[in-house]
Amino acid sequence: MASTRGAELLKLLEDRLRRDEYARLLVRKIHELAPKVVEKVGQEPIKIMDFCGTHEYTVTHFGIRSLMPPEVEIVAGPGCPVCITPAYYVDVMIKLALDGIRVYTYGDAYKLPGSARRGEGIRSLEEARAAGGDVVVVYSILDAIKMARRDGKPSVFFAVGFETTAPATASPVVSGMLPPNLKILNVHRLTPPIMRYTFETHKQNPIRGVIAPGHVSTIVGAKAWRFVVEEYGIPTVVAGFEPIDILIAIYTILRQLLEGKPRLVNEYRRVVTWEGNKRAQRVIKECCEEVDAAWRGIGFVPKSGLAFRDKYRSVDAMHEYGIKELTPEEWRYDLPPGCRCAEVTLGIAKPTDCPLFMKVCTPGTPYGPCMVSSEGACAVWARFGGGGLAEEIAKSLGIV
Amino acid sequence: MCLGIPAEVKEVRPDGIAVVDFGDGVLREVDAGAIEDLKPGDLVIVHAGVIIEKLKPEEAERIVKTLEDFINELEKRAEEFEDLLKLIEEEEGEAAGA
Repeated sequence: MASTRGAELLKLLEDRLRRDEYARLLVRKIHELAPKVVEKVGQEPIKIMDFCGTHEYTVTHFGIRSLMPPEVEIVAGPGCPVCITPAYYVDVMIKLALDGIRVYTYGDAYKLPGSARRGEGIRSLEEARAAGGDVVVVYSILDAIKMARRDGKPSVFFAVGFETTAPATASPVVSGMLPPNLKILNVHRLTPPIMRYTFETHKQNPIRGVIAPGHVSTIVGAKAWRFVVEEYGIPTVVAGFEPIDILIAIYTILRQLLEGKPRLVNEYRRVVTWEGNKRAQRVIKECCEEVDAAWRGIGFVPKSGLAFRDKYRSVDAMHEYGIKELTPEEWRYDLPPGCRCAEVTLGIAKPTDCPLFMKVCTPGTPYGPCMVSSEGACAVWARFGGGGLAEEIAKSLGIV
Repeated sequence: MCLGIPAEVKEVRPDGIAVVDFGDGVLREVDAGAIEDLKPGDLVIVHAGVIIEKLKPEEAERIVKTLEDFINELEKRAEEFEDLLKLIEEEEGEAAGA
């Protein structure tokens, strides 16, 4: 019985949260509110940031930008962990693969360029594999664990990702599931510090609303975003990933702006709690400590990364293979010439503002990191017409 | 890459592994080490092969019902739209108390 009900509920949720009537109604309300909010706030357009790459996917895939009035601009934030993984660590993984170490990676990071220029050396794990390197793409670290147990080869797992993904790394480490031949290169990054950094870079033309990342919040809890409201006075909504979730979030933000009372709202209550997943938090804390860490094209951000605690040094690939940790003194700007990924990541530029977008930089042959991950802003815009195509279609259909 | 996929738990093993169904009937093993009190029948969100949270059926039903109630009475309640959002905002109270 339980199983039928569960499956039905999931179907019902998807149907309702994509339903046309609800979308039309919410869009109408957003159009009514927007001019009043502009008048109240004195800024046009009103910038609302979707932090998470998966939200940016929903926004672009479902054409939500095309439904917005001219007074509302949805800006993509730094929510793609692959896009911000420093080139240095990609180079490290490429070198390991070419040195005969088996390298496991999530599919998202497979094409991620390191620091080599196009045509001047091996740029990605994909190219390393083509050159004879031992690179295996996995969905989950569990797959890597199983394979490493079976073949006994010296191996390294490339652990990228935000708080959402950190438990995937920490849980098997803490539970002792890792075979001795499998090590981890830990480049996990934390989202609240980069959110802070982003607000600072937008100070002249501030962000007026934040759609906070839903699945990061499952781990850290809705409470992690309290500082956005308390310190920056920005309305914040933790939202789910269906189009109706996003529209509710935008409407709620506009309403708060009109009232002049910013608050933190958890729209994704079906999954996210105020306190977050405490067990996952404990597992991460047991395994890792917060450290100053580099973000690609941006540089070091205080306490924005995770590193293994000393007691888990035996699983650390940096330790095992004597790899030097990147330091602020040695960090060099790590985007290829002409690439505007850092500005796209921080929401200062749109993918279409970059002269390379869909010219030399495409999903098939990405030049910058935002074109690599399926949820990088450039890759999403490339696939779903974020540069105005959806607006044209919406206009031709008479929707806006 | 923070994609989370809903699934239903079919089996919980003592070694911290759970078996889930993503709705296509194919069973897959996932890591259950980051979640407490898991049992068969639970709906969960899976990310990169790890259960990161349970999906709360009562909250899911609530948002579905709120949306349905509202659309059913759209004509007469169009002016009361804010009530819908207020329901969703109840968390705020908890937030202030936390």
